[in-house]
Amino acid sequence: MTVKAITANRLSDGNVVYLRQDDTWSERIQESIVADSEDLATALLELAKRAVAERLVVDPYLFAVSVEDGRIRPLGRREEIRAAGPSVRTDLGYQAAAE
Amino acid sequence: MYRYDEFDQTLVDDRVEQFRGQVQRRLSGALTEEQFRPLRLMNGVYLQLHAYMLRVAIPYGVLSTRQLRKLAHIARRYDKGYGHFTTRQNIQYNWPKLYEVPDILAELAEVEMHAIQTSGNCIRNVTADQFAGVAADEIEDPRIYAEIIRQWSTLHPEFSFLPRKFKIALTAAPHDRAAIKTHDIGIGMVKNAEGETGFEIFVGGGLGRTPVVAKRVRGFLPKQHLLSYLEAILRVYNQLGQRNNIYKARIKILVNQVGIEAFTAMVEEEWQHLKDDALDLPADEIAYIKSYFAPPSYEKLEGEDASLAEKRLAEPAFARWLLTSLQPHKAPGYAIVTISLKPDGGIPGDATAEQMEAVADLADRYSFGEVRVAHEQNLVLTDVRQRDLHAVWQELRRHGLAAPNVGLLSDIIACPGLDYCSLANARSIPLAQQITRRFADLDRLHHIGKITLNISGCINACGHHHVGNIGILGVDKKGTEFYQVTLGGSADENTSLGEIVGPAFDEHHVVDAVETVVNTYLEIRKNGEDFITAYRRVGLAPFKETLYAAH
Ligand code: SF4
Repeated sequence: MTVKAITANRLSDGNVVYLRQDDTWSERIQESIVADSEDLATALLELAKRAVAERLVVDPYLFAVSVEDGRIRPLGRREEIRAAGPSVRTDLGYQAAAE
Repeated sequence: MYRYDEFDQTLVDDRVEQFRGQVQRRLSGALTEEQFRPLRLMNGVYLQLHAYMLRVAIPYGVLSTRQLRKLAHIARRYDKGYGHFTTRQNIQYNWPKLYEVPDILAELAEVEMHAIQTSGNCIRNVTADQFAGVAADEIEDPRIYAEIIRQWSTLHPEFSFLPRKFKIALTAAPHDRAAIKTHDIGIGMVKNAEGETGFEIFVGGGLGRTPVVAKRVRGFLPKQHLLSYLEAILRVYNQLGQRNNIYKARIKILVNQVGIEAFTAMVEEEWQHLKDDALDLPADEIAYIKSYFAPPSYEKLEGEDASLAEKRLAEPAFARWLLTSLQPHKAPGYAIVTISLKPDGGIPGDATAEQMEAVADLADRYSFGEVRVAHEQNLVLTDVRQRDLHAVWQELRRHGLAAPNVGLLSDIIACPGLDYCSLANARSIPLAQQITRRFADLDRLHHIGKITLNISGCINACGHHHVGNIGILGVDKKGTEFYQVTLGGSADENTSLGEIVGPAFDEHHVVDAVETVVNTYLEIRKNGEDFITAYRRVGLAPFKETLYAAH
């Protein structure tokens, strides 16, 4: 299967966040836990749903990534833009801090 | 302009406090997301690709400078220093924090603004001709009726849960600048044989998945019946509109299914029960609303200002700007100025807090303190003395607001697309940027002449691509952005839907395709006809030929 990670928006401020190994949420996609099996992906989504119930995040979902040399790359334009920020405003979003 | 009465103000203030409570209960866990989502949407708060988005209503596109300064302040204090003016004459903020939204709404309420009915299946913000009240070609000031409709439709108990969203647009000029035939109800002011002013009513227009040009339900409606007739249309729709299928829920589908004759008959029948009753608009009520829109005290001026001609000759750049930015004003010696929010390489409709403040300052100094938002995502100064135009232009230039391209190819309408929108298939803004750069040469741009180009990032058509002379729709092909091109759309009194020219282009070829279309037009145009005239004469074939011949 394709490797997957989980993203959501933080309830309080709406920021894009990614689920970490320790069941907390990070603004950095590189800190995501990645699932390389359907079972793990399903389990992660369950964890994310619990975070919704705990009012941490909203609208969590799985998305496809690739992992090369330890770097996580979202597959597809949509998730790329979500992880970085608007492609037309590189001064905004997470990409701005990265520069 | 219209000022809130006590009732309006209390209603808006109450809503702010109500929403403050709802946000608190959401954050404390008393409300689940399922419970909260409809509540936040009722207050204009969406969840987008990167963050929440707040859509603020600008009724029929009219803003006081006090309001515009407040919008600038909100952009700076609560967002990232800018806002996005939309094709519905609204403004959107892209980065508000949920916990701060109640404060933003409270600030808006201070200047008689809110985000109510900017989302959900209700009657949305009424839109109108951005030159309402000042255009030389209009029959009467449509803001009066737009305001009457706004009051009637605000929190209308019967129409708060319609089958689907509902949009009404209004114009009082024969040249339709409000795209009324692309709305659920389009209203044009007309004169009958007796010389009385009334309304011509169209229904069932809309874009999106199923684009339809509105059809006429009534050729002439006397003024006093406006609300009872609208209520009759809404009632028929509310009862018969399909609620079980989101793609079939708009009034356009109902009108198409039953046919315009049968639909009209149902409306007329319903109307018989409503007319000459509580919804009747007595003349003194109309006069009362009209008093809010009394024209400012114009100076008595000569037709054309003499100094203008001199400056025009002396400064070609100024002359060029005048060519595209002005509209005839009904008061002699005055002009309507459209401020392009489409600089080369810019983001259509975006304005920084500083730019908003600069426009507010100009409006205070030169234009009686009023600003308009055009559905083409530009701003308008309504009442500038011709002798002040040069000063206005210089000031606009200082703020990057003097692109001489209104109505030309680079005056692109574009939705936020995949850069911001969670529903998007493809990006819109980078295309707009590439196209404005490709056509940055002003001689060429002016040589091409009047043309509209509209871009939507998905079939929801927020960029009105179906009615652009050139329309571009973003589609997703296995995770890659592709763009479908349509030609021949138009959003004015001769509204037409564009036709798909052929297979979609990828992001590296779509700008070339636009250039090919433009070059083809330049080759076939006769006697300086504009793009849409030429297209209607020759049709799709020559464009297909040049676009796909080599393939
Ligand atoms: S047209 Fe689609 S992509 Fe563009 S703003 Fe509307 S929903 Fe989003």
